[in-house]
Amino acid sequence: MQRIRNSAWGLLDLLCAGAAGVRSGRPTATRRPLSSGQEPLKKTPLFDFHQSHGGKMVPFAGWSLPVQYRDSHLESHLHTRRHCSLFDVSHMLQTKIFGKDRVKLMESLVVSDIAELKPNQGTLTLFTNEEGGIIDDLIVTNTSDDYLYVVSNAGCREKDMALMQNKVSELKSAGCDVNLEVINNALIALQGPSAAQVLQAGVADDLRKLTFMTSAMMDVFGIPGCRVTRCGYTGEDGVEISVPAEKAIHLAEVLLENKEVKLAGLAARDSLRLEAGLCLYGNDIDEHTTPVEGSLSWTLGKRRRAAMDFPGAAIVIPQMKGRLARKRVGLTSTGAPIRQHSLIMNTEGAVIGEITSGCPSPCLKKNVAMGYVDGGYSKIGTPLLVEVRKKQQEAVVSKMPFVPTRYYTSK
Amino acid sequence: MALRAARSVRVTASSLWAAVATETPGSLASLPAAPARIRVRLGPGSLPFPRAGASRGLCTSALRFAVRKFTDKHEWISTENGIGTVGISNFAQEALGDVVYCSLPEVGTKLNKQDEFGALESVKAASELYSPLTGEVTEINVALAEDPGLVNKSCYEDGWLIKMTLSNPSELDELMSEDAYERYIKSIED
Repeated sequence: MQRIRNSAWGLLDLLCAGAAGVRSGRPTATRRPLSSGQEPLKKTPLFDFHQSHGGKMVPFAGWSLPVQYRDSHLESHLHTRRHCSLFDVSHMLQTKIFGKDRVKLMESLVVSDIAELKPNQGTLTLFTNEEGGIIDDLIVTNTSDDYLYVVSNAGCREKDMALMQNKVSELKSAGCDVNLEVINNALIALQGPSAAQVLQAGVADDLRKLTFMTSAMMDVFGIPGCRVTRCGYTGEDGVEISVPAEKAIHLAEVLLENKEVKLAGLAARDSLRLEAGLCLYGNDIDEHTTPVEGSLSWTLGKRRRAAMDFPGAAIVIPQMKGRLARKRVGLTSTGAPIRQHSLIMNTEGAVIGEITSGCPSPCLKKNVAMGYVDGGYSKIGTPLLVEVRKKQQEAVVSKMPFVPTRYYTSK
Repeated sequence: MALRAARSVRVTASSLWAAVATETPGSLASLPAAPARIRVRLGPGSLPFPRAGASRGLCTSALRFAVRKFTDKHEWISTENGIGTVGISNFAQEALGDVVYCSLPEVGTKLNKQDEFGALESVKAASELYSPLTGEVTEINVALAEDPGLVNKSCYEDGWLIKMTLSNPSELDELMSEDAYERYIKSIED
């Protein structure tokens, strides 16, 4: 997500098309969406649907997506925590890895124990490079239909595709049986405490059995061939529904008929994930961050650690002992909100890190942020200072998630 | 790194959530009819009568009119007895979204035209504020500490930001009239 700095009312540029549309009643479709590279932005199957529901469209990772609709950002965020919200996440890359050697392929690229995934179980994992840097974060699910279902970030689409396809070619030349296919479905996230109840009305499967990080194929509101995964990016219970593109608008409209459901865009998506302590690739983790520095050691599979057989293992595993030069931590503060790129200092005023994400938390009555600090300052409760517009604000290292998560773990 | 002596208004924890608690009804500011308290002394560039069709909450009573000039950074300033009141425009508050925190200067701060004097924070981003004129801050709107959403609800009245002296009143001539500002907004939209 962009941080607006340097230009006065830069946010205005971003939203003026939308604001103008709201004021004049003119649909924002009259403006041809362009990315900063002047290539036309990609549209998801729900593009027209967003516009007709008052979506303010903005460029994001090469796609035209709604940043919010008619409700304010705060209203949308809070509605998700109290009821449920529908997000279009079709920009993310969905792929299918199949063939006898699919697990071998996936394990050659990621840090997790993929072979140990139970049927229909998924996990968050990381593609790493030879220096142990994170190429992307993604979810891999071991489907009971003989393929791995992979969902990765839109902003990393090209490099992830190249990474996976090169590995497919390499393994095939070595005589392996493996292949990759892009799934051109829409992806709709329904997130919030009433999401499961809303969805249950349209599926025959008992969703009480679909626990956090499990997945199943099912007919959804009469649409065959949908994959429903109990996961999301908000910290709430919820699902992501992979639906054939030509049925996406129909599904969104049916879901919206339930008065529990409201539409939510990128703005709410970002403040929700930040409250949940979830990383945004590109902001909080990148190719210069290892899983240990990123406080994501839990993604490293037990077997993989012992075997040291994931890319960059020789650098990453030793980091688990000893002090780190930089470590991702959560911070909370009151006063002026802390934003990306602000410097972090110790109480003596020496710079010891930088903020990577931050916003005022709509739920918590304070500011929340993530950043990297010298490992010696990473203990919960450590008092620090953050520079905000040339003033130093007090902040404290805090546990994440900032808002308790409510994943459906069936206990 | 030395701590700056100047501090912005400390906002108590409760103030961030005024916007949440009051559940601002929507992004369009509805402007209440203001009491007939403002007398504007006619100065260069100001207008002696209510603008026809001016729908921004200007009361149509002949005794009450507020002359407002605008900057290209979407601030407005209106003057009375040599004191200017500064705020942001309706167009700006709409684009900004719910304001959750106001960072304002201390009384006594001297500002040059276009100096940055603070920021308005939404959940998503911070937008800096730039002084329309050269002068000294005489008052800040302390109501914003408890209710930053006033900037959205009443951007031309209760959501005013600062008051300041005018060291150089002719600078007002360099600012846009309301009509010129309306045309300016249209040119951005297209």
